[in-house]
Amino acid sequence: MQPFGLSFARALGTVALGLGLVLPGLARAQAPAGAANTFDAVKSRGQLVCGVNTGLAGFAQPDSQGVWRGFDAEYCRAIAAAIFGDATKVRFVPTTAQVRFTALQSGEVDVLSRNTTWTLSRDTSLGLDFAATNFFDGQGFMVKTSLGVKSAKELEGATICVQPGTTTEQNLSDWSRANRIKFTPVVIERLEEIVGAYISGRCDAYTTDVSGLAATRSAQPKPDDHLILPEVISKEPLALGVRQGDARFADVVRWTHFLLLSAEEFGVTQANVDKMANDPRPEVKRMFSKDGGLGPMLGLPELWAVNVVKAVGNYGELFDRTLKPIGIQRGPNALWTTGGLQYSPPFR
Amino acid sequence: MSDITLDTAAAKVPKAAPRTPPASQIGLPAWLRANLFSSWINTAVTLVVAYFLVRWAIGFVEWGIVNAVWSVPDNQTQACRDLRGIGACWAVITEKHRFILFGTYPYEEHWRPALCVLLFVGLYIVSAMRRFWRKELALVWIGVLTLIGVLMWGGVAGLTYVPQERWGGLVITLILATFGLAFAFPLAIVVALGRRSSLPAIKALCVLYVELIRGVPLISLLFMASVMFPLFLPEGMNIDKLLRAQLAIILFAGAYLAEVVRGGLQSLSKGQYEAADALGLSYWQKTGFIILPQALRMVIPPLVNTFIGFFKDTSLVLIIGIFDLLTAGKTAIIEPAWQGFGIEVYLTVGAIYFVFCFAMSKYSQGLEAELNRHRAR
Amino acid sequence: MSQTTIDPRSLRAPPRRPLRLSWSDERVRAIVWQVLVVGVIGAIVWWLWSNTVHNLEVRRIATGFGFLGREAGLPIAESLIEYSPTDTYLRALTVGLLNTLKVAVVGIVLATILGTVIGIARLSKNWLLAKIAAVYVEVIRDLPLLLQLLFWYALLQGLPGPRQALNPVQGVFLSNRGLKLPWIEWQDAHSFALIAFLLGAAGTWLYRRAAIAKRMQDGRPRAVWPVAVGAMLVLPVAVWAALGAPWVVDWPALRGFNFRGGLNMSPEYFALLLGLTLYTAGFIAEIVRAGILAVPGGQWEAAQALGLHPGQVLRQIVLPQALRVIVPPMTSQYLNITKNSSLAVAIGYQDIVSIANTTLNQTGQAIEGIAIIMLVYLTISLSISFFMNWYNARIALVER
Repeated sequence: MQPFGLSFARALGTVALGLGLVLPGLARAQAPAGAANTFDAVKSRGQLVCGVNTGLAGFAQPDSQGVWRGFDAEYCRAIAAAIFGDATKVRFVPTTAQVRFTALQSGEVDVLSRNTTWTLSRDTSLGLDFAATNFFDGQGFMVKTSLGVKSAKELEGATICVQPGTTTEQNLSDWSRANRIKFTPVVIERLEEIVGAYISGRCDAYTTDVSGLAATRSAQPKPDDHLILPEVISKEPLALGVRQGDARFADVVRWTHFLLLSAEEFGVTQANVDKMANDPRPEVKRMFSKDGGLGPMLGLPELWAVNVVKAVGNYGELFDRTLKPIGIQRGPNALWTTGGLQYSPPFR
Repeated sequence: MSDITLDTAAAKVPKAAPRTPPASQIGLPAWLRANLFSSWINTAVTLVVAYFLVRWAIGFVEWGIVNAVWSVPDNQTQACRDLRGIGACWAVITEKHRFILFGTYPYEEHWRPALCVLLFVGLYIVSAMRRFWRKELALVWIGVLTLIGVLMWGGVAGLTYVPQERWGGLVITLILATFGLAFAFPLAIVVALGRRSSLPAIKALCVLYVELIRGVPLISLLFMASVMFPLFLPEGMNIDKLLRAQLAIILFAGAYLAEVVRGGLQSLSKGQYEAADALGLSYWQKTGFIILPQALRMVIPPLVNTFIGFFKDTSLVLIIGIFDLLTAGKTAIIEPAWQGFGIEVYLTVGAIYFVFCFAMSKYSQGLEAELNRHRAR
Repeated sequence: MSQTTIDPRSLRAPPRRPLRLSWSDERVRAIVWQVLVVGVIGAIVWWLWSNTVHNLEVRRIATGFGFLGREAGLPIAESLIEYSPTDTYLRALTVGLLNTLKVAVVGIVLATILGTVIGIARLSKNWLLAKIAAVYVEVIRDLPLLLQLLFWYALLQGLPGPRQALNPVQGVFLSNRGLKLPWIEWQDAHSFALIAFLLGAAGTWLYRRAAIAKRMQDGRPRAVWPVAVGAMLVLPVAVWAALGAPWVVDWPALRGFNFRGGLNMSPEYFALLLGLTLYTAGFIAEIVRAGILAVPGGQWEAAQALGLHPGQVLRQIVLPQALRVIVPPMTSQYLNITKNSSLAVAIGYQDIVSIANTTLNQTGQAIEGIAIIMLVYLTISLSISFFMNWYNARIALVER
């Protein structure tokens, strides 16, 4: 009898040993998670690790060539541009609704730019801080026009599609109780699954953030077949999350967002940002010139503001590039100067 | 594993009588009569089955080929949508096949994962041939897997570095399954030996491990890997998401393989143990030279069957958001223009899984027959 | 299963040899090895545990099962017991557990029936039927279950909406809202009739046992069927009639957005049940086929020679022998159905995994959530194992 069984076993054993030497390279010791030095860790790594959605049209979604596109993805690039002056120094980690907080807590990602609603319980019990609200949203309903429904109050007895594991289903329960409206839920975790269920007619109505509804609606071949009902049943401030007790990095994230707002307010765009160093307006000059001195206060390069705007444009440009094509209006996300909620503290 | 017994039993069907049968008993009409129309009930069954088969086949050909749309210009899927339910929209595959196969891997570097897939397939084929079952095979494995690692990561020899988050598609499925087996197998041998050990503490540990893992669904282990592992590690230490899923699959596979190996150990006659003891061999000599070579030889076919199971089960990483073949397929149809073409994508992805699993399953059946023939003599 | 190999040397050795503290004494070696292994594993577990405790503290993540008593606020589509979003997490999880059991139990029954049919079809003398069964088994087993579930769910969603529902038989509607069937309005009388039926079935079984035991003694066959009809048919009907014979059929009808009334099977449940049944039936078919092939043909011939008619041969000769081969692998298939039902989370059927998953998303308490999932499945798995082992021991060959 040929002892091939033995050599087979030995072969596999040796393989395992060999792999054992190769694989530990995969496990990286990363920056200590809880300590307040994500900023240093990011700098020494030379790359920002950014947690994004696994796929949400307009916010974060890989295109046919695997490049991440969307509002949230652009924010990652903006932060990378602020720190390194190079918007490509960012690694995108797709996170599901379930693992997003763990990913942040454990240091797997540095920042969560993933349409996450800022709530009290999340802020206090999940070990994270919200740096800035970059998108004001609210939960609404969408129905097919053919249903003949004009208001959410008419949804008594309807089947409603809802994604679990977020604030959405709790808002829906609260709303139905407050308005004494009974409904049948269809609860599916994956986004494309739940949208598919609504489109196919599995549900009469689909509820999620209004931005998500608009994105879904505009994506349909005939958007006019769908109607977003006027009721907005909740406040959903979508915010950038960082680890708790990480004040310095939180500052960088927060002020990158404010920079995008201020740039829009002052009319600074991707095209004209290079000329702003000599702008007559003192605040603009301070922000975009070499000796403004604001960058070093954040621990960033002098020309961080120029780098950011050059990479992704101002808030308005960013919005128009990513969210406008899918049919989302500025609404509450207009600047305060035009009656919206987006407001930046002064740069001085 | 059920088919093991089957095929042996099937192999024992008595051979045809040596005398030439009368003319009315051979040829196509006779075969038809014997196998399809032997009685009125048999005839009825044949006709009903044939009717449904033909109807279904015609329907499928019409949907999948005659009425299908093979490509559309520039994401204009209206032509496809007009044909919903009448014809397939293979345009979604034409447009998205690179994404389904390679996920978010940099577009211009797609030749690297493609090459890796070929390397994996080559590795399977070489490992499947009995004449290569030698020690050198281990070196081939180490060499090929290292090469795959270099190709995927890059960063040397002029290849650009590609971080793991961007890996995706078929190659992830192959990595999870292959590395899973390579690590789980030695673990399984140790656990199987431990479970048959006479040392109570070691035996108890092994039983606990195997029963615990086999009692819970893989999905709960994957959840654990994705949300609990990060809490287990000291602050600052961090394991990649893919590696965490890989660890969960290894732990899972280890428990199931351990039972397969234990089956092999149990099927050895007691005389083998006694003879080894009589020779004065130590436990490790006995195990390494006498017991394992025989036991492992017997478990190779169920081993392949178990591997097919893992290969399919890697698709569960979809639920924790890792870009394997199935996840990539699902993600491909998120883009609004392509929403709603799930059936086409699932059929394509299913065909890829089927090719791999079917080949392995046929191989395992053949191998089993071969090994059994050897034993029967 | 767990026979250990007894070292022949230890048998020959005198019963109480003094323990020598030397590496050549195998008992010393055994103790050292065990202490070493247990120590190393214990140290690893302790290390992971202390890390976890530290991490939870540093990251200020809440711990404990206190959340079970809090209001869940999550809507659940289908439930066997009363439930509203104002109920607690504990109740929500109970609903999930019942949903898991609902799909697992029905799936086990259907997969067994379908698997047996396909297994027998594979052995059919009809070439076409046998080939189709073989192709079915091969294809279904070579595709991931998750893929199959997603496929069926996508297919079911392609059905027309409630207003254009398919209506093959009066009162039966098939739409993308699921399958609607007429159902009687359940009242107490029905519950009592059901209890009477169960009691009757138990009584019939006991009578059958007694009849067989008597027959062993005197050889006279005793008919069981009159007792069966009396206890399982007449008795329940009598109970139902005595309580006023309520009979109101609840017909499903389209009212507002949806069908109201009748019995409902949601597409999520339907897709999961369909996927699990078809997948597992492929495996069960092979087990059944192996079981039947394992009974030598001589058994049929011998039994027929004794004058038994084919039904008797199958019931009393072939089946008992085939079952011995079938039961152990069948057990693992039943366990697989139960564990695989956890894939419900991918298509939106709210089983225990789906609800525990939502719970851990809302509360952020991952460890507790996953502990609940694992505990539930371990309990179910062990229960099925125990039952099937008991059944296996009962039908096993009794060697005298």
